[in-house]
Amino acid sequence: MSTLNAHIPEGPIAEKWTKHKAKIPLVSPANKRQIDVIVVGTGLAGSSAAASLAELGYNVKAFCFQDSPRRAHSIAAQGGINAAKNYQNDGDSTFRLFYDTIKGGDYRSREANVHRLAEVSANIIDQCVAQGVPFARDYGGQLDNRSFGGVQVSRTFYAKGQTGQQLLLGAYSALSRQIAKGRVKMYARHEMVDLVLVDGKARGIIARDLVSGELERHSAHAVLLCTGGYGNVFYLSTNAMGSNVTAAWKAHRKGAFMANPCFTQIHPTCIPVSGHFQSKLTLMSESLRNDGRIWVPKKKEDAEAIRAGKLQPVQLAEEDRDYYLERRYPAFGNLVPRDVASRAAKERCDAGHGVNKTGEAVYLDFASAIERYGKEAAHVQGLHQPSPEKIRELGEAIVESKYGNLFQMYEKITAQNPYKTPMMIYPAVHYTMGGIWVDYNLMTTVPGLFALGEANFSDHGANRLGASALMQGLADGYFVAPYTVGTYLADDIRTGKISTELPEFEEAEKAARERMEKFLTNPGTTPVEVFHRELGKIMWDQCGMARNEAGLKQAIADIRALRERFYKEVKVPGKMHEMNPELDKAGRVADFLELGELMCLDALSREESCGGHFREEFQSEEGEAVRRDDEFAYVAAWEFSDQDPGKAKLHKEALVFENVKLITRSYK
Amino acid sequence: MKFTLNVWRQNGPQDKGRMETYQVDQVSDDMSFLEMIDVLNEQLIGQGIDPVVFDHDCREGICGMCSMFINGEAHGPGRGVTTCQLHMREFSDGDTITIEPFRAKAFPVIKDLMVDRSAFDRIIQAGGYVSVNTSGNLPDANATPIEKPDADAAFDAATCIGCGACVATCKNASAMLFTSAKVSQFALLPQGQVEAADRVLNMVKQMDLEGFGNCTNTGACEVECPKGISIENIARMNREYLSASLTSK
Repeated sequence: MSTLNAHIPEGPIAEKWTKHKAKIPLVSPANKRQIDVIVVGTGLAGSSAAASLAELGYNVKAFCFQDSPRRAHSIAAQGGINAAKNYQNDGDSTFRLFYDTIKGGDYRSREANVHRLAEVSANIIDQCVAQGVPFARDYGGQLDNRSFGGVQVSRTFYAKGQTGQQLLLGAYSALSRQIAKGRVKMYARHEMVDLVLVDGKARGIIARDLVSGELERHSAHAVLLCTGGYGNVFYLSTNAMGSNVTAAWKAHRKGAFMANPCFTQIHPTCIPVSGHFQSKLTLMSESLRNDGRIWVPKKKEDAEAIRAGKLQPVQLAEEDRDYYLERRYPAFGNLVPRDVASRAAKERCDAGHGVNKTGEAVYLDFASAIERYGKEAAHVQGLHQPSPEKIRELGEAIVESKYGNLFQMYEKITAQNPYKTPMMIYPAVHYTMGGIWVDYNLMTTVPGLFALGEANFSDHGANRLGASALMQGLADGYFVAPYTVGTYLADDIRTGKISTELPEFEEAEKAARERMEKFLTNPGTTPVEVFHRELGKIMWDQCGMARNEAGLKQAIADIRALRERFYKEVKVPGKMHEMNPELDKAGRVADFLELGELMCLDALSREESCGGHFREEFQSEEGEAVRRDDEFAYVAAWEFSDQDPGKAKLHKEALVFENVKLITRSYK
Repeated sequence: MKFTLNVWRQNGPQDKGRMETYQVDQVSDDMSFLEMIDVLNEQLIGQGIDPVVFDHDCREGICGMCSMFINGEAHGPGRGVTTCQLHMREFSDGDTITIEPFRAKAFPVIKDLMVDRSAFDRIIQAGGYVSVNTSGNLPDANATPIEKPDADAAFDAATCIGCGACVATCKNASAMLFTSAKVSQFALLPQGQVEAADRVLNMVKQMDLEGFGNCTNTGACEVECPKGISIENIARMNREYLSASLTSK
């Protein structure tokens, strides 16, 4: 069934990585100096990989489109990073983290990769602390933990609501140290616009200097794509404005298979859409579900009154509220995994219980947490019979110390005070589990091309657990790629420098230039943004939280028509050899317009519901997802063909579960 | 809402630059300031005028890219916000708004409202790190307890987003707040002790080389900092610098 070789080492799962590492061929220090490696993207995966490879002695060139590597979108991750340290003595272990991740991913990820991730998770925390990352600590000076969705232990390390920032600045500092030593040459404000293959191997990239507009050729013995996810195909997402699929898509067009592209994560707690000109959505960290309770009015007429502004949520009596997650999933309550929480919110809103003007919002309420913490604090302070106001005051102070920056962020955006009235939230696109297919060594189907972090598909299956993206990015960059890339490079010690004068570079550069010139000379009148917005709407409506056959077929037809219109009607101002953000955007949207079709194709071919992929045809009577392991326990890896994203060929990598029994995921 | 915008236009580092006036209407009070600029740009493209170039990315106040000087203030009116977190409800219908880039000798203008802040990267490269290689064999993360107040203070300093509002605000275009935040983070942690003296000397040296001005303790940087980085960090860096200068080998 499978034409793909994942190169999973033999042996028991807990020994695979150790044994594999022991057998990896080494490259001597003298030879490392002769070898060039390109790293595209400087988020957690890219920065950590570039720094670690440079420390080993390779010549590294790192690229990012932002003005500094410190600005990559990993910086915006809020809640935390998982690690199987078992500091809380609550029964955590490598195996439990492995098991939770496989189960959370709804049994659509590869066992061997996930186990390795769990194994190295503890090293990440040690590494970051040694770098001076200021994680939250308790009064004894020890590291503090909290819980995230889909698990029953506390294994999440955090730095208030800015964990991603602190981890990225840690990796950035390691990278900066290597830049200072001249071991890494940093190319900021550069965008990869094509991959260059020589004799079938990845040997370089074409990059555009975004300031001068010049195209540049860069050669290397291996190329690492650490370019993040493609959530911006939905136009509105929690991704940064610049996050894009271009590097990954160009690689796909040159032979890298895209795996499970339809697996996207819709995060349940985001600030709802406010209007047509909205450019992005803002996440409210999952950590808030530790203390916030999610509800909608039980009666539709109450919801209508709230929408009309005639009723305030705080006026609604306890018995008139429907804490629907606690009702449906008593075992996990408000901490069910993201896909489950998102669908449940959509279900309530579709049934007419939504609470903002558009009816697309639910409440996230901290009143009971404020009261609980307030009583606790009063007790600690020896206050007998404190007044409700005093309890509130004490409770708000504690909630502020835990989530202060998130509450402040919410208030700035919505002009509502979440200490006094419940937050309004709604699901939004947040992360893409799908991505470039990689084997156990993180190598793609193109020899010498690797994909790390969110850009690859391997660890999260059909749904990622909270606080696991940071873990995966740093695991790949610090502890996996430095070994496995070396395996590949061991054969390259005699190759010598790759010339950028080779015809392959010439051709790739010419093709890139022609693509750009075509945009600039197009006689259209419509700005790029308009097409992106339209694509986003098609994707959200037909390939979002719920999908069905008819909708997906319609979406494919609509995207093809939109793509045709895009090339006819788009207007890109400015010139080629200058700073031109509209031109950059046109290239990115062109790739999203192809990716969107592939995502729909993938969603159409996967006739089951699993994780974030919910096909309406496959649900139980209670509306829970129905997975079909007999037919769909595989990775769908798509090969680009015939210059048409809709004609991609499907390859299947069978998923073999030897250590975890496939069961129906239940959080009841 | 409707606004009159005076926007700084500059074609490149060599261009002299000038203010241009544009009208925008159909602005809603829920829009962020950058979404209002998006509206302006869509309008300019329609009129055949080059859109205004500006830095932005995460649009949630954490990446540090956005950098507009609005009505004479870095990141505009309001405290504790970046430009992307500023909302049009902070303005009144019909207002005239003046938008300039962050200005400093060490932040040359690239185009329009976009400036080059790579000097900040070079300050970090001069010593803003702990010299530890990637290794699977480091001591356990809990091996060295860190007092909570120190860990919290290190975190507060480490929340700097490197936007440069402190420099743009300072009449001397000093980068003391930025540099001291990183020096403080490591000065407060045991991991940072080994290289403490070299770190502060090298980072301050690089800061001076980049052409940032001196600190005269006006405190404006702290007021305009979107992350509320305290000038206590500057005091701490001065202390670190003095002791390093006296004891350096």
